Amino acid sequence: MNKVMNKKIKEIIGKYDVDKTSLIAILQDMQNEFRYLPKEALVETGKHLDMPLARIYEVATFYNAFSLKPRGKYLVEVCAGTACHVKGGFNLLEKLERELNIKCGQTTEDGTFTLEQVRCLGCCSLAPVVRIDNNIHAYLTQDKIPRILKNYKK
Amino acid sequence: MSKIVKIEDLNKAAQKGLVTLMPKKTKIMVGMATSGIASGAAEVYKALDEEIKKRKLGIILKKTGSMGMDCIEPLVDVVSPNMPRMAFGRMTAKKVPALIDQIVKGAIETEKPVYVIDEEEFICTDKKIKYLKGRRPAALKDIPAIGDVPFYAKQVKLATRNCGVIDPENIDEYIARGGYFSIYKALTKMKPDAVIDDIIKSGLRGRGGGGFLTGNKWRSCREAKGDIKYVLCNGDEGDPGAYMDRSLMEGDPHSVIEGMIIGAYAIGACEGYIYVRNEYPLAVANLAKAIEQARDYGLLGKKILKSGFNFDIRISKGAGAFVCGESTALMASLEGKAGEPRAKYIHTVEHGLWDRPSNLNNVETWANVPLIIARGGKWFAGIGDKASAGTKVFSLVGKVNNIGLVEVPMGIPMKDIVFDIGGGIPEGRAFKAVQTGGPSGGCIPATMENLPVTYDDLWKAGSMMGSGGMIVMDDKTCMVDLARYFIEFLESESCGKCVPCREGVHRMRQILEDICAGKGRKGDIELLENMSAAIIDGSLCGLGSSAPNPVLSTIKYFRDEYEAHIRDKKCPAAVCKALIKYRIDVDKCTGCGRCPKVCPTGAARGKIKQAHTIDLKTCIKCGACLESCNFDAIIVE
Ligand SMILES: Cc1cc2nc3c(=O)[nH]c(=O)nc-3n(C[C@H](O)[C@H](O)[C@H](O)COP(=O)(O)O)c2cc1C
Ligand code: SF4
Ligand code: FES
Repeated sequence: MNKVMNKKIKEIIGKYDVDKTSLIAILQDMQNEFRYLPKEALVETGKHLDMPLARIYEVATFYNAFSLKPRGKYLVEVCAGTACHVKGGFNLLEKLERELNIKCGQTTEDGTFTLEQVRCLGCCSLAPVVRIDNNIHAYLTQDKIPRILKNYKK
Repeated sequence: MSKIVKIEDLNKAAQKGLVTLMPKKTKIMVGMATSGIASGAAEVYKALDEEIKKRKLGIILKKTGSMGMDCIEPLVDVVSPNMPRMAFGRMTAKKVPALIDQIVKGAIETEKPVYVIDEEEFICTDKKIKYLKGRRPAALKDIPAIGDVPFYAKQVKLATRNCGVIDPENIDEYIARGGYFSIYKALTKMKPDAVIDDIIKSGLRGRGGGGFLTGNKWRSCREAKGDIKYVLCNGDEGDPGAYMDRSLMEGDPHSVIEGMIIGAYAIGACEGYIYVRNEYPLAVANLAKAIEQARDYGLLGKKILKSGFNFDIRISKGAGAFVCGESTALMASLEGKAGEPRAKYIHTVEHGLWDRPSNLNNVETWANVPLIIARGGKWFAGIGDKASAGTKVFSLVGKVNNIGLVEVPMGIPMKDIVFDIGGGIPEGRAFKAVQTGGPSGGCIPATMENLPVTYDDLWKAGSMMGSGGMIVMDDKTCMVDLARYFIEFLESESCGKCVPCREGVHRMRQILEDICAGKGRKGDIELLENMSAAIIDGSLCGLGSSAPNPVLSTIKYFRDEYEAHIRDKKCPAAVCKALIKYRIDVDKCTGCGRCPKVCPTGAARGKIKQAHTIDLKTCIKCGACLESCNFDAIIVE
């Protein structure tokens, strides 16, 4: 197992008491650190909280914020909230799928982008929006997408 | 910071807050809620900061929340001597030097404010303070006062009273606006039961969806047996297309915190949790700072205001599950478990979080509480509608000109919101419907535009108040597609615990998808109606039992649109891709050559300066040509 990762996992777990209530918070920290939940993280969390792996897995798969697959360097999140939907957000998703040559939920081969859908980013007044690497791109149109992606590729 | 014990301490903090709130010298405020930042407010703030430092000006620079008019963000408010407060909309970093120039000169030059505010209303203390003693400078004569701007004219700001006015990171400014005087009043002058009586008298109903009487819920929780009780705040805001609670938590976190302290005192709770949606990092940050400040002032923690009352609040971040907005699922999630709801006959006011009595209220419900205690339940009951007291915050979005957050008195007719506040439908298109209540709600058609917005009227019309999403739709919105959209959302968010919801909603989505794809069959509408009845009856929690609402209400008011899809294989609004065609209007096309450039498949083609065409075989209906055409020449039908 990757030593650095192992150390990080221990570090995160070390911040928490043995309290099952902390499960979601621990997984959130892991997700923030690794941008996904490596198997080792789930196993170690289970050992620390004295919980069977199946329970950890249940929680890890229940919530949308957790990903069991590694994500690319930049997360591209297309808003699929109602305001963005009625303003044609679905066309942006298809455009991104074509530009990146992947389907929603996949990561580009070079590991640069992961394309996902989210339910409302709370910026409905700026619809349609796409969030890339935590930056909101407001009032987005298809023709702006290639240039925006290019900026991240640099 | 020393602790607040006596009324003098509060007064002192208020004095301190007023110094920055309505300063004698120049102050610039930048609206830095999430939507402001997304529109570029951070760059504007940085440019202002640099310019002020470069010129060594003694100008106070502050961040504030959002006043709601998101369509003119980034918004910069300027307060300077001998001027009213001025709001400059659509600011950019480039315009900053010119703005600073005119501020230094005390003049109005290239930058004109969108509106001015002559006086601040302090609603908690029922006071007004003017910025100006005399008359407005001549240069501002033609600028409307905020009350005359159509977007604001019919609004009444109670819950959002401080958003966009105070610096949310400054507790003294909150106190200067009358904040924390209510908890002082409650703790020193009111018995817990008197607090509950006042909340009941106010008629305050839950702003998170169901509209349950808040005071009654508090009383049940107070009367429940148990030494340890909890008050909880629902900041999950899962309704896609709504952001009222985000704005409150970001722009005025102390109002939520003070509300919870008052509630805890009334109920006899010692611990509180705020459950915040995963997508709201700024809300979490501002709440965390506010809690820290309240602790430093002794407004949270042990022996609050030197009384025997102990109470503290913790923040818990959600992890992205719509169903966790449901009360029992939220509590399961707080316990670190998967957020699956449980049967409703076990009441959470008796057996809630960790099986102890728990009282859950929505963010906006909590934010109203300090104001009610300050002004009295009777005063609050006099606002709005008889059975729906007070105001409601809505996020007015979709196909409407003035997009933003609005707070209106209950009972206001729907059309006043859409046309007077919202400024009507863009591009002169026809108003078709308003969707309220999110995925659990329904549509109100344009023919019912006079409907008063109250819990009961919306319910009778087949929709519901919900948490406050209000999505305006024009004739280019397909109601079948909208129903499909909500059902698909609910299918993916169903926790899967019970069969009617898990399998029924799944099947409904397939039927709706078929209809949208031109594969609808005769009898599908009736099938959807029958399935809806079974799902409503058989589901455990509110997600399942309200899931059919978007379908039922669109069938009720737009049955002809369903029939057009099924019988004629046509989408009247030209949205459903399988049923539409793109073509070019040869009379309008100038042959400018833009659409062939953007078309990903080469379907749009033609010679320069000659009318172009679209090849239907290769057209994937992505809409790129429509977006790029400057001459309105692309027809979708
Ligand atoms: C599926 C589902 C999702 C819900 N989501 C929310 C939500 O995001 N925010 C909220 O305040 N209430 C939500 N509710 C309502 C809550 O269950 C609860 O009624 C409310 O938070 C109580 O507060 P109130 O009385 O102040 O409205 C949801 C209910 C259901 C069934
Ligand atoms: S109705 Fe749906 S969301 Fe609610 S408990 Fe049943 S399966 Fe879960
Ligand atoms: S609907 Fe897209 S940000 Fe809310």
